[in-house]
Amino acid sequence: MKAWIAFWNILAKDFRAYYLKPPNISWGLIFPLAWTGMFFIRSGAGLDSIPTLLPGVIAVSVLFGTTSLLSVTVTFEKKGRSFERLLLAPIPLELLMAAKTGGAILFGIANAFVPILFAAFLMDLSAVNWLTLIPAIALIAISSTFLGLFIAVSVREVFEAQTFSNFFRFPMLFLCGLFFPIEQLPVWLRPLSYVLPLTYGADVLHGSIHRSPHLPLLLDFSLLLAFCAVLFALSLRNIRRKWIV
Amino acid sequence: MTVQDASIIEVRGLAKRFGEVQAVAGIDFDVREGELFGFLGPNGAGKSTTINMLIGLARADAGTILIAGIDCSKNPKAAQHLMGVVPDESNLYPELTGFANLSFCGALYGMSKHDREPRAKDLLDRFGLTDAASRKFGGYSKGMKRKLTIAAGIIHAPPILFMDEPTTGIDVASARQIRQLIAELNAAGTTIFLTTHTIEEAQRLCGRIAFIVQGRIVRTDTVEELMRRTDGRHVVQFTVSNGAANLCDVIVGEWPNLNCHVVAEGQLRVESPEPVRVGPLVRLLEDRGAEVSEARKLRPSLEDVFVEITGIEAGAMKQEKEKSGKAGAR
Repeated sequence: MKAWIAFWNILAKDFRAYYLKPPNISWGLIFPLAWTGMFFIRSGAGLDSIPTLLPGVIAVSVLFGTTSLLSVTVTFEKKGRSFERLLLAPIPLELLMAAKTGGAILFGIANAFVPILFAAFLMDLSAVNWLTLIPAIALIAISSTFLGLFIAVSVREVFEAQTFSNFFRFPMLFLCGLFFPIEQLPVWLRPLSYVLPLTYGADVLHGSIHRSPHLPLLLDFSLLLAFCAVLFALSLRNIRRKWIV
Repeated sequence: MTVQDASIIEVRGLAKRFGEVQAVAGIDFDVREGELFGFLGPNGAGKSTTINMLIGLARADAGTILIAGIDCSKNPKAAQHLMGVVPDESNLYPELTGFANLSFCGALYGMSKHDREPRAKDLLDRFGLTDAASRKFGGYSKGMKRKLTIAAGIIHAPPILFMDEPTTGIDVASARQIRQLIAELNAAGTTIFLTTHTIEEAQRLCGRIAFIVQGRIVRTDTVEELMRRTDGRHVVQFTVSNGAANLCDVIVGEWPNLNCHVVAEGQLRVESPEPVRVGPLVRLLEDRGAEVSEARKLRPSLEDVFVEITGIEAGAMKQEKEKSGKAGAR
């Protein structure tokens, strides 16, 4: 019970201090909007292209929203040494990091609904399978947040966190099948696609919005869960190894 | 507060190495319940590494730490329930108000809103920060930041408080207030483990002191016992205009039972087991062309004991710390 008081307050503090700050809210709105506009203009296919573009825009919004904020906030607190306060709190590290990442996960999920809301005005969303779309968005947000955590624990400076994030984000976007089907990628690049968590998230998003998924849904969800578990475990291991020296 | 015989912190064979550097080299000590224990040493002596191992921010390579009987290497989180920590830097959240910072720190220790909010208000009042309660921590002065950091360390009323250099880098008035607060906390029953480089602070506050140099504890004793080394010692310090080093030779040549050494440029200190007669010494120095601007009888201090035991000049230690503090602030 006492540990949950700490959990809730860490989460609430991060929301107050970071995620509900006007620049971050506006960034969370403007960023998905800019991506949507960019893809529309680039495709030139008009409103018919929305179902094809929507999964990509959702995924980009979640990926950039979570990794950018989490990797920066954790690095910022580590550098300012306020993170030490959390490490000194008598709560398990797993619960502490779940609280610390919870804000970014919720922020990522909220970001995903920005393009969905825009799309709702432009197309009929009645064919969307919400039962698979919403869990997929949640799992993409969790895996992206844990990727951001992994990055934050691996660097010292805030600017390093941003640079290192891009090292993962951009290749992932172009290799995960969101904008180009994996089958169209050169054969030697395809194995790389299958070691990216977003590949499985993208498959469920496409499947939920406009076509059947390439892989069985159960496999997509299982692999996404496995990526979440591995990234979280690796981050915790790195925190114990690097921050409790 | 009466100091109990039972140890609340027991450290045995504690060691830590960073690459080639042996930061802490197998130290042993005990801190008794209700005690204000000073951990004194120069920069790089191993003070912060030791405190980090005690509070669970660093892992020991060897040795054991028992906090109220809890083995910290096996169950660090259980031990963390019992301790408050005041780090050497004020590391609260700049974007939160003073009140919100204290309330948040209470929540980290599982305090309900009902318990932590009145406690936060009470502490703000006790530390003279009520007027600044709704201001953001980032806008506080250094002294206010230190005070709030101490308040955050005791929000959950821990029985043990670790304080790392609590008065470093703040103005004299704030440092004085903080020393007063530390003394009050200890008087109210909190066991305090205090690291400091300021010998006067340790002498004024601590019941027992451990001197740590190059990762080893060279002496642990009560302040009274340490000061006993200076019993029957008489010290006079002269401020002269020129040639202090040569003048020491002149003094010892004339009175071989006196001990003389240069403490700073233009300052020499004469020590003797007998009371020192100042007049003949001044006359001798002036005969040799020195202009004596001051002759002052000094009461031997813990600083003298520290210098004698460790061979480190306390003044140099303080300057070094202040220099590194300024560099850190930059």
